[in-house]
Amino acid sequence: MGDLMWILVSAMLVNNFVFFYFLGLCPFMGVSQRMATALRMGMATLFVMLITAVSAWFLNAFILPWAPYLRLISFIVVIASVVQIVEMVIKKVSPTLFRDLGIFLPLITTNCAILGLAIFQTLRDYAFVQSIFFAVGAGLGFTLALVLMASIRMELDLADVPSVVKGTALVFLVAGVLSLAFMGFAGMLA
Amino acid sequence: MKATTPREDLVRGIWEENPVLVQMLGLCPVLAVSNTVANSLAMGVASFFVLFCSSVIISTMRNLIPHQVRISTFILIIATFVTVADFSLEAVIPDIHRALGPYVPLIVCNCMILGRQEAFASRRPVGRSALDAAGTGIGFLIAILLMGTVRELLGSGSLMGVELFGPSFEPWIIMILPPGGFLTIGVILLVIAWWGERRASAAKPAPWPEGVGPERTPAGVGSGAQDKNPRDGRNGFEHIHPSGRR
Repeated sequence: MGDLMWILVSAMLVNNFVFFYFLGLCPFMGVSQRMATALRMGMATLFVMLITAVSAWFLNAFILPWAPYLRLISFIVVIASVVQIVEMVIKKVSPTLFRDLGIFLPLITTNCAILGLAIFQTLRDYAFVQSIFFAVGAGLGFTLALVLMASIRMELDLADVPSVVKGTALVFLVAGVLSLAFMGFAGMLA
Repeated sequence: MKATTPREDLVRGIWEENPVLVQMLGLCPVLAVSNTVANSLAMGVASFFVLFCSSVIISTMRNLIPHQVRISTFILIIATFVTVADFSLEAVIPDIHRALGPYVPLIVCNCMILGRQEAFASRRPVGRSALDAAGTGIGFLIAILLMGTVRELLGSGSLMGVELFGPSFEPWIIMILPPGGFLTIGVILLVIAWWGERRASAAKPAPWPEGVGPERTPAGVGSGAQDKNPRDGRNGFEHIHPSGRR
């Protein structure tokens, strides 16, 4: 159990997907302007990650040992289909959320955080339960990063910053400082 | 889409519409593996290879791919070339392949590559697509090498593993750690915005070239132009304002 909790906490804080692995930067820059949207995007990503982790485990266990060169292609196909299903479900269940997420929902397919999850899981040989905990941790960490950034950006909108810095450069500098802060969690390793 | 000359197709991606520094595409690998010049070079060349080959193939097959499933088809073709690049790197330079880790397979998710397929290769003849892919690939290579040079120089005091500053140099460890990536790209973008603002205020307040700037309205340049506009507006205004009459 301690091992599983460690996988979850490490994926969420110590090795946060956004701040440590630089995965999922496009939605991180694109959807982090409003808190509510950021939270929903995080949740949608968490959900897709969970399903991807389960599918990737099945592929790794039953199919890929016989065709390792198909690993990348099969992962991508599975992720694309999962995103398509999630998109249809969200469109049916919550049209508001569907409109809010806009272009970023189909773009979850090319969100490197999702493929990254499947690849890390393969490289580290996680068993089924470990994969689930890893996916939940990574999803929560991604949501945390988005929400933190959204709350900072909402404050920044009101701040009087020099015109040169405004925009993407400032978001990156803030992300650098946040990443520095997250490095503090590395102390938990000891 | 307006007509372009072959030369424009090639040159555009290198600086004016640089995929990383201007369009903000494909940032994950640029930030993640740019801690040394050697890693940056390997990643840049691998991405160039994937982009070039998939552009050529997709442009050749552009009339055969049904419109509804084009994105999935593009991704499958890209994934095929990434698999080729992955296995080739593993065979040729295993050390660097190990250092790049999961980021080689993640080239599939590089939005720069998919973006060029959707915006260019799926609509244009093969020759033009090859030129466009080459230009964009070189632009990517320049950006990632720039990042790699700055980070390795400051973070380890060396270039391509060769010590430059002697033993008294205290390396900025932070630059080769993840926060260094964010800070470096932040500062590079800041310099570009500052340069653009200077250029915009030096010349007459010309509109910023189309497609430049992260969100189509670069704040820095936009406000630079706004600073200029009231003055022009005032000059124009005095003609019709009663106080301006002689």
